[in-house]
Amino acid sequence: MRDRILLLLLLLAAIALPWLAEAAGSPATTGLATRMAIYAIAAASLNLVLGYGGLVSFGHAAYFGLGGYAVGILYAHWRSGEAFLGLIPGSISLPVTLGAAMLAGGVSAAILGALSLRTRGVQFIMITLAFAQMLFFLFVSLKAYGGDEGLSIRRRGEFPGLDLRDAAQLYWLCLGILVLWLGLLRRVAHSRFGQVLAGARQSERRMAALGVAVYPYRLVAFILSGMGAALAGALMVNALRFVSPDMMHWSKSGELMIMVILGGLGTALGPVLGAVALVGLEYGLSGLTEHWQFILGPILLLVVMFARGGLMSLVRRLLPA
Amino acid sequence: MSGPLLRIENLQKRFGGLRATDGLDLEVWPGELHALIGPNGAGKSTAIGQITGEIAPDAGRILFGGHDITRLPAARRVRRGLSRSFQVVQLLDDATAEANAALAVQAAQGHSFRFWRDATRDESLLAPARALLARAGLPAARHAMPAAGLAAGERKQVELALALAASPRLLLLDEPMAGLGASESRAMTETLRGLKGQVAILLVEHDMEAVFALADRISVLVHGRVIAAGTPGAIRASPEVRAAYLSDEDGL
Amino acid sequence: MALLLEQCLNGVQLGVMLFLLAAGLTLVFGIMGVINLAHGSLYMIGAFAAAWVAARTGSSILALLAGLAAAAAAGMAMEYVVLRRLYARGHLDQVLATFGLILFFNQGMTLLFGRQPLFVDIPPWLGGAVEIIPGVPYPAYRLAIIAMGGLVAFGLWFLIQRTRTGMLVRAGATHRDMVRALGVDIRLLYTLVFGLGALLAGLAGVMAGPIFSVQVGMGEQILIQTFVVIVIGGIGSVRGAMAGALVVGLTDTLARAYLPAALRGVMQGPDADALAAGLASMGVYFLMAVVLLARPRGLFPAHA
Repeated sequence: MRDRILLLLLLLAAIALPWLAEAAGSPATTGLATRMAIYAIAAASLNLVLGYGGLVSFGHAAYFGLGGYAVGILYAHWRSGEAFLGLIPGSISLPVTLGAAMLAGGVSAAILGALSLRTRGVQFIMITLAFAQMLFFLFVSLKAYGGDEGLSIRRRGEFPGLDLRDAAQLYWLCLGILVLWLGLLRRVAHSRFGQVLAGARQSERRMAALGVAVYPYRLVAFILSGMGAALAGALMVNALRFVSPDMMHWSKSGELMIMVILGGLGTALGPVLGAVALVGLEYGLSGLTEHWQFILGPILLLVVMFARGGLMSLVRRLLPA
Repeated sequence: MSGPLLRIENLQKRFGGLRATDGLDLEVWPGELHALIGPNGAGKSTAIGQITGEIAPDAGRILFGGHDITRLPAARRVRRGLSRSFQVVQLLDDATAEANAALAVQAAQGHSFRFWRDATRDESLLAPARALLARAGLPAARHAMPAAGLAAGERKQVELALALAASPRLLLLDEPMAGLGASESRAMTETLRGLKGQVAILLVEHDMEAVFALADRISVLVHGRVIAAGTPGAIRASPEVRAAYLSDEDGL
Repeated sequence: MALLLEQCLNGVQLGVMLFLLAAGLTLVFGIMGVINLAHGSLYMIGAFAAAWVAARTGSSILALLAGLAAAAAAGMAMEYVVLRRLYARGHLDQVLATFGLILFFNQGMTLLFGRQPLFVDIPPWLGGAVEIIPGVPYPAYRLAIIAMGGLVAFGLWFLIQRTRTGMLVRAGATHRDMVRALGVDIRLLYTLVFGLGALLAGLAGVMAGPIFSVQVGMGEQILIQTFVVIVIGGIGSVRGAMAGALVVGLTDTLARAYLPAALRGVMQGPDADALAAGLASMGVYFLMAVVLLARPRGLFPAHA
């Protein structure tokens, strides 16, 4: 009960944030919070496979970037008036582009996941990383969509009833999608499907002895997770009005994993805390020095080595369940 | 069906130069408790691995209920009614005993591509789960314990409950007494005696007291093949069995 | 024909570089169970140290020694301070901690040397070309790399198959727990293997200097290709690393050499070149996918 009230208060504070930022004379905070919310969607999606499923995917930036490119490519074709591959007309309608992004993320996660999930453990880490790198190179070579320079998007998507040129409205949209996505993931984690996924993490052998072959469940989780990451990527491109292969860079995959770990692996809200913490930390450190990664690296090292359970376990220590 | 429930024909498995299974023949009939015994290194684990589907045999056939399951994946064999327990207990250690059993019930109910309803509060899973645990002898007060926190004997009981969840036609028990104290062993023997007749059991066990107390028939495995099969009385009197066990005690 | 031979040699030469990295990485994983993303950083450190010393002294021998020493020192410090604490942890913790190390090393190198790539001259005594068959000259330096690769491969084979340390290494790769249980001085073995891996990575870095430019980020680029090598070859196996490295080196080089011409047949020049470069970069990943479909554990799995 107390937890619910706290969550509600937290949500209210998050909703009020643009007004508070305005009042405090720092409207840029809204943009920062938008990025946090978007990364939280991506990290929560990764958490489904990483935290609940125990599958260490080091390639989720690929789906994040594919989602981004879905928006960028549809925008480019909307602008030029030529259909994509001669079939699909361009669009800047946000429901359309977000849907397209999730489709692209889901389909590619299905293909790459089907292959990667044939391996285990450290090979799975290597192979997810390698496939993500493959997509990175593909987009670097696609000169039609900017190659390694990337693609500027001069207009944000249109969403019925909202004016997304307004930073606050874009933020509320992202926050709303985050809340919906977290709710959905929570249901999935508690469902029969989620139980099998968690069982597969703990003992694949036990699941086989129960008559359950875990591969299809893992694959579906991987697809869902890829769709969520793509959704986040699509929102990010709308927020930044820019897409480039850097969104798919392997270090982005690493950052997403760090958000999950930092917040708390396999917890519903951990990835959100982790995203807020890491984006905030990067923002704060980059304000101090250009070489902020020189400080961030050792911080990550200390977190991994000494802070088991992440921020969520800290919260739980302060507020026992 | 009038034939044997499980029929193994001329099974072969080599690891490098070692013939771990060397022409194994075995039959388990419906309703019987069949014990498979043999000295250390006789190839019991390899035989179990092939029956459950974790190890692929080099040659030979495994028939279950008259169907060839030699190449069937492990999970599919379980769905056909061939359940097993592990010598080294395999439980979901983060989950409670009840949640372990509930997942087993869920698996027995068919596919789990259900994403919406909360399975952790689903009485149609939890009630049968509690019944299974009780049937395996775990007291209700221990149902909410995380599996990692249970005692060795209790973990074996949960393991048995999970194997029973699939309503198997054949239960393959891999050393259910291993690692148990004397009183825990006796409790497990009583539980198995209670199961006798309800389901066919293939019992692989080192505890000879339990084997001779429970088994309808015994097969003795030595060097990867069955050297003797029969009633406990016949096995006890068999000179080959005596020779195999005595030479084993001499350290071969 | 001459071009094909030349490209094949280039492929073998890339394969040698990949082998030097993959052998260390796969041994470290096989024996200690650690996945070390910062292995590429050792390659980078070796390259930078050699480039810096070469620029200061003009001596390629000193540069080589400096590169090896820097990589080995960084490797041992890495093992002592960080990795030693991660042996018992899961892969996820290892990945994240060594990811933190990469950020640290990359930014550290940027602080020391700036963002501009360094260029290294080929040692003068390896400067010329050798006619491998009449009419086909090939750079002596690249031939030297290939020869060095052969030497290292032979040395590793000898070490692993013919010495007591090698016996422990082999046993450690297949029966890790058993070797631990037998009370072998496992710490020493770990340090030796890790030092060897760091040395090989440093050697690759030193040799890479005159061919690629020496810059921050060079480690990760080759590290990911090294992962492809290991997945293809089978993890924990030096033989697999060798086979995988040659296959990847040849595939990558030949795709880069022949795809642009093939694509120019069907589309326009610049677009064809860009797409061909992209597809060529993707080639080894396709190969990996195919190998995985046929043999999920790679060509020569060690834990068979």
